[in-house]
Amino acid sequence: MILDYVGVKEINGSLIVLDGVKGASFEEMVDIRLDNGSVRHGRIVQIEGERVVVQVFEGTKSISLDNTRTRLKARPMELTLSPEIMGRIFNGAGAPVDGLGEVYPVKRANVNGTPMNPVSRVYPRNYINTGISTIDTLMTLIRGQKLPIFSGSGMKHNELAVQIVRQAKIADGEDNKFGIVFAAMGVKNDVADYFRRSFDESGVLSRVVMFLNLANDPIIERTLTPRCALTAAEYLAFECNMHVLVIMTDMTSYAEALREFSSSKGEIPGRKGFPGYLYSDLASLYERAGMIKGSKGSVTQIPILTMPNDDITHPVPDLTGYITEGQIVLDRALEGAGYYPPVSVLPSLSRLMKDGIGKGYTRADHQPLANQLFASYARVQDARSLASVIGEEELSPVDKRYMQFGKLFEQFFVNQGFNENRTIEQSLDLGWKLLSTLPRTELDRVDDALLDEFYITNPDALTFSSFAGHTDDEEEEE
Amino acid sequence: MAEKDVIYGINGPVVTIRDTRTFSMMEMVYVGDARLVGEVIGINDQLTTIQVYEETTGLKPGDPVFGTGAPMNVLLGPGIIDNIFDGIERPLKAIEETSGSFISRGAAVSALDTEKYWDVTIKVKAGDVLEGGQIYAVCPETAIIEHRFLVPPQISGKVVSVKKNGKYRLHDTIVTIKDDSGEEHALTLCQQWPIRSARPCKNRLPATVPLITGQRVIDTMFPISKGGTAAIPGGFGTGKTMTQHQLAKWCDADIIVYVGCGERGNEMSQVLDEFSELIDPKSGRPMTDRTVLIANTSNMPVAAREASIYTGLTLAEYYRDMGYHVAIMADSTSRWAEALREISGRLEEMPAEEGFPAYLPSRLSEFYERAGRVDTLSGGEGSVTIIGAVSPQGSDFSEPVTQNTKRFTRCFWALDKSLAYARHYPAIHWLNSYSEYFTDLDPWFREHFGDEFIRYRNRITSLLHEESALMEIVKLIGSDVLPDDQKLVIEIAKAIRVGFLQQNAFHADDTFVPLEKQKLMMKAILHLYDKSKRIIAAAIPISRIMELGLFEKLAKMKYDIPNSKPEMFDELMAEMDRALAGISADA
Repeated sequence: MILDYVGVKEINGSLIVLDGVKGASFEEMVDIRLDNGSVRHGRIVQIEGERVVVQVFEGTKSISLDNTRTRLKARPMELTLSPEIMGRIFNGAGAPVDGLGEVYPVKRANVNGTPMNPVSRVYPRNYINTGISTIDTLMTLIRGQKLPIFSGSGMKHNELAVQIVRQAKIADGEDNKFGIVFAAMGVKNDVADYFRRSFDESGVLSRVVMFLNLANDPIIERTLTPRCALTAAEYLAFECNMHVLVIMTDMTSYAEALREFSSSKGEIPGRKGFPGYLYSDLASLYERAGMIKGSKGSVTQIPILTMPNDDITHPVPDLTGYITEGQIVLDRALEGAGYYPPVSVLPSLSRLMKDGIGKGYTRADHQPLANQLFASYARVQDARSLASVIGEEELSPVDKRYMQFGKLFEQFFVNQGFNENRTIEQSLDLGWKLLSTLPRTELDRVDDALLDEFYITNPDALTFSSFAGHTDDEEEEE
Repeated sequence: MAEKDVIYGINGPVVTIRDTRTFSMMEMVYVGDARLVGEVIGINDQLTTIQVYEETTGLKPGDPVFGTGAPMNVLLGPGIIDNIFDGIERPLKAIEETSGSFISRGAAVSALDTEKYWDVTIKVKAGDVLEGGQIYAVCPETAIIEHRFLVPPQISGKVVSVKKNGKYRLHDTIVTIKDDSGEEHALTLCQQWPIRSARPCKNRLPATVPLITGQRVIDTMFPISKGGTAAIPGGFGTGKTMTQHQLAKWCDADIIVYVGCGERGNEMSQVLDEFSELIDPKSGRPMTDRTVLIANTSNMPVAAREASIYTGLTLAEYYRDMGYHVAIMADSTSRWAEALREISGRLEEMPAEEGFPAYLPSRLSEFYERAGRVDTLSGGEGSVTIIGAVSPQGSDFSEPVTQNTKRFTRCFWALDKSLAYARHYPAIHWLNSYSEYFTDLDPWFREHFGDEFIRYRNRITSLLHEESALMEIVKLIGSDVLPDDQKLVIEIAKAIRVGFLQQNAFHADDTFVPLEKQKLMMKAILHLYDKSKRIIAAAIPISRIMELGLFEKLAKMKYDIPNSKPEMFDELMAEMDRALAGISADA
């Protein structure tokens, strides 16, 4: 027997309250039919006896106390899946919006997913070559990792994500089995369009699944978007054995949608008004990256988030950093100096890097080189802050060498063309060349054997023009 | 028909029942037909509130709730070591076999293998009088750990019957005892214990024995005692987990309980991978032979995350009672505190600081007070050392979890962001960290490593403090204007930082450094300092000393001198003397 519940008892933001409901189950889906014939979708988020709170994905605009008929669907939120979802475009709640009709279901899956058994996980070890010096050398992306980009409004995070997608090569070269899942949450139409065009230009559009919730789309739908995207990604990875790269932008909009939803439910707010469960909620998304035993596929996540006021201690980047396996932080000063990608090297990190690089993966000197670059560049910051007080002229000779190193490092190592794809060897060699501009005695993180092999003693090889010559060709490409 | 207790309301992991008097506080219950595990956390005359340890999607009002009549328990017996459990002691390997790579709900699997036969040796005979906590049998659990079966603490009496030595399963009765009231108790290979109650001991012992970790900055600068408590606070990326892993691998406890509480799944699989490959230098066996893992990753249900810390502690106490030294790593206690906050929010309790419940400090103190070195009821000595990571929001140490943890732990290993940025690991900051155990442990160090160990350590500390004061000046006017003796302090402090405090976890020798070598490293550093100071006093410029490359030698001695060859330090110091004699002779 199918029951329709007529009318609602209360409307509050995107929530409606029904009374006298029997047999509702937690997180069950409902259809809400308005008198004008339109149908909205909702989900039960709280039950108290026969009083049921429903969140309406499309918003509660024009719902009144008695113009609705609500029907329980007796199943939780599910996504229709089949290998044919590749190349398709869906809205934030997983309904097709590209005019190509419904997906013929091979499988339906609960969008909340289930936690991966830690015992069944395969520890990620294969690195993904992105062709970007800073990332490959200093914060290597590993297959199965979740590595977010911390950015700010107006910075070139989208370009960086596109460049990673275009250049990403898996080291063992199974290129044919890769896919991209793109989830847009509260982004501007232009941004979504930019991604679509870029995928098209680089010829991967047929391998992309897009879930679009744009800035003017309902916020409740936004809280579902990453869940739909990750459900699709898990399906492609673990049942179709593909290597899936998931790009989620913008996580800050997602968290704000969650906050809006939480406050309309009347929950006790935590830091900056975000709900106390923001950590668990974000974790339920980010933890869906990884690899499992018995499947060849993998889910790698690159979430993008804009830090409000460039503040890395804001709850969203803060909690994200505690869950993800590192972060790529973009810096406005570098961006302002005209460097692309403006990766702020010191706060950036990849936690899985140490086991995915070195002998057998990249090159034996990779880890010590990275450590030394980090240490030396950290020293540059000390020299700079001293120079800002006493002036560059007054610095000791060693500090002056560091100032010079810092400039070269930013100009030639961090800075690279949007279409420039550097091999790992090029990046590592460039790193050694830069370190060679410092006195050998300053390099205390690498042992003598490595220095003997890689430290360049010939000053002619280290002139400014020798670095500039290195990038001249690529600049023409741009 | 007897009235069934049924669900009334559902809000996330919190479920309510109306008008029932069946349940008691903290009772373990099964919720719904899928029998999801839950615990009673609130009772009034109208509503009983239950937190459910599993995903509540699909539960309905009217679904049954079954009581168990007992508080949240764990099963204690052989098979705990070398196992991996979730927050409520469900074995993840067994769950993988029954439900695949993703954890489904209501997985009813016994915590320990009930079918496995253990080779039991009985230690008592009929007529013996047994007190609670005494050992009645033993069996080898792993190649290096002997499992000692303990009489449950609340039971005592006279042994009436005893089985022969041989192979028995978990629930087989091997000894029967009769207590004073004439009641008989069957002792099997396992027992239950409620996770939120501390197991009893005879009496507590003072903190006079250090837990040796092989990490220089900890052992020398901020040591921890066996049975002590330590907090490792640090923002993300500062190396909390790395430090915990290093301690779990190398500290000289007999057994390690590693609780991954609300952390990353990939990290747990790394621990699993690494620990099974790593060989314990003391026993020659894989590290997993002495390790218990509790993995409640951040995407697993939040209520079970809250319980995972207690589950880990109870397992640790059980092995302590057998007479082992146990170290428990909790990564991270902030996630546990956040789980408390989340549940508290669902209960609509009045929040205190930053939304955390007002009982946060008391819960934290209860937790840390379960650490200690004790005389066990079985007559031996055991200890539980707690090392808890703290993840402060926004790397701000003034937030409630860090501040309250600071009050109840006696070691504070503060991780520093700028050190981590410069890849100085472990990023434990020498000025912000402290250990209250140093005075307690002082006699031990003097007895085993002589008075000079303490003297070296104090001099190293004061040099670092002196450097920090000088750096204030350097930041303003540069280092060129300092007199040579102060420049020397800066140079030697740099050698201490790079050569001594910084330690390479990936280097075969440097990952674990014995105390003897730590002492000699300090000796070499101070030797160079004293000699150079004398030369500078003779008006020879410091640049002459720097040219000799001796400071670089100090920075690299951790790699150049293997742990097994302490005599090479004499050569190093002799070499310094020769080089320095060269320039004093010139003058």
